[in-house]
Amino acid sequence: MGTEGAYPPYNYINESNELVGFEIDLGNELCRRANLTCEWVQNDWDLIIPNLVGGNYDTIMAGMNATEARAEVISFSQNYKVPDPSAYMALAGTDAGVMESGVIAAQSNTIQAGMVAETGATLIEFPTADETIAAVRNGTADAVLADRDFLVTYVNESNGELEFLAVVPSPGQGVSIGLRQSDEELRATFNAAIDSMKADGSLNAMLIQWFGEDVPVFE
Amino acid sequence: MFSFCTDPATLPDWQWMACYLTTASHFALYRSVLVVLLLLAMAAPLALGMGFLGALAVRSANPVLRLVGKVYVSMVRGVPDIIFFLFVPLAIDQGVEYLRHRVLCPEWDQPVRQGNDFIVCAEAKMPLASDPAWMHDVWGFSLALIAFALVFGAFAANTLHGAMNAVPRAQVETGEAFGMTPAQAFRRILLPQMWVYALPGLSNLWMILTKATPLLFLLGIQDVVFWARELGGQKTGHYDYTHPDWRVWYFLGVLAFYLLMTWGSQKFFDRLMQRLSHGQATAAGEAMRKATA
Repeated sequence: MGTEGAYPPYNYINESNELVGFEIDLGNELCRRANLTCEWVQNDWDLIIPNLVGGNYDTIMAGMNATEARAEVISFSQNYKVPDPSAYMALAGTDAGVMESGVIAAQSNTIQAGMVAETGATLIEFPTADETIAAVRNGTADAVLADRDFLVTYVNESNGELEFLAVVPSPGQGVSIGLRQSDEELRATFNAAIDSMKADGSLNAMLIQWFGEDVPVFE
Repeated sequence: MFSFCTDPATLPDWQWMACYLTTASHFALYRSVLVVLLLLAMAAPLALGMGFLGALAVRSANPVLRLVGKVYVSMVRGVPDIIFFLFVPLAIDQGVEYLRHRVLCPEWDQPVRQGNDFIVCAEAKMPLASDPAWMHDVWGFSLALIAFALVFGAFAANTLHGAMNAVPRAQVETGEAFGMTPAQAFRRILLPQMWVYALPGLSNLWMILTKATPLLFLLGIQDVVFWARELGGQKTGHYDYTHPDWRVWYFLGVLAFYLLMTWGSQKFFDRLMQRLSHGQATAAGEAMRKATA
């Protein structure tokens, strides 16, 4: 199972050099319910889809939104997190006009990079999400566009230095497991496991555990 | 690691730092330094071996061998290294899996390439999905090693070829006049003397090889650069040890590491050059003769 390992709280490496996060907990539980033996592999975000279709691992769980563009290359399970809204984050006091005419940082190959490209703003891309935040702090970019649930920790811990400019809806069907298109069987297995976790409320409990009380949960 | 490390949030500064620098992920950083050194220690002799074979092929009397040598040297030298580092491991990985697939799963009737997907049967996977994680690491490392040996071997071949030509022809002729076969003259006269001509080029290559090791990161091997970026990034409350963006300090550390490596190597090569120049018909050898005379 491939993941990026650099996107807290979805998936990241902790001080004990272990992969942890919402998706690691969720993936392990899904595998347990589906009677699969799963092993995690860490892979750079930029090459995460090529290495899936190349057969180096069988699933992607890395905060990936199921979008039409990605669905042309890989297939997706049903979502395990409703579409994350995206958010613009900037240094406190930044004029909201930068969203249309400023310099916006985004992680490359994310839906947000595509969203920025469609506005009048200048897009600069970075290979990791962490670098997009650093770009805002040091003034390379006026703002960063990313998943709100990823950014919220940075805003809360910045002592007012960083703030949200705006929250915008993201395209796509929500965060889902990415699979090879030829792997219909595995897709059905994971869909069934996600169904069972949605039905007994354990998925919602896991969402709240990692993202806090405000996270949108499944009915 | 230390007994007082139980709750990082309450520690005084120096203890926090001591605990922080000894977390398991920091040990992974320290280990990655060893990975880089191991790669260097293995890639350098392999590349030298490839280079020697390449140089012999280019000099060979056999036109087929000569062509193979020339194509190898000029192709690798003419293509950006980074392309080779991306291409070679991928090509070997999929090539080996394809061959194993043909041998191990003859009854498989679906095509290997289905749209975007590269699919071989589970038994043909290299390494097998059921293999422990260290097997995957060793396989990835070996692929990287082959890529390094191939690329640097071509440069070494060119250097060694030049060095072989630089040994005065009259010396080999003298050997042959004494009745040595060409192979004997090569072994006894050319080979011992060529190194002094090859060394400046080879030491250059070694430096470039040292500096090229961060390319490991491209191949998915978690080297010093990977860990410097990973550990240096801002750590929010999701982590036990929170800190702002410290990448500049981590990269400074990596910079010092590489500078130390290349500085040490330069010292070593200077001494080696002095030894090899002894009694040689080069400017350095002549200077040494005059100094003692």
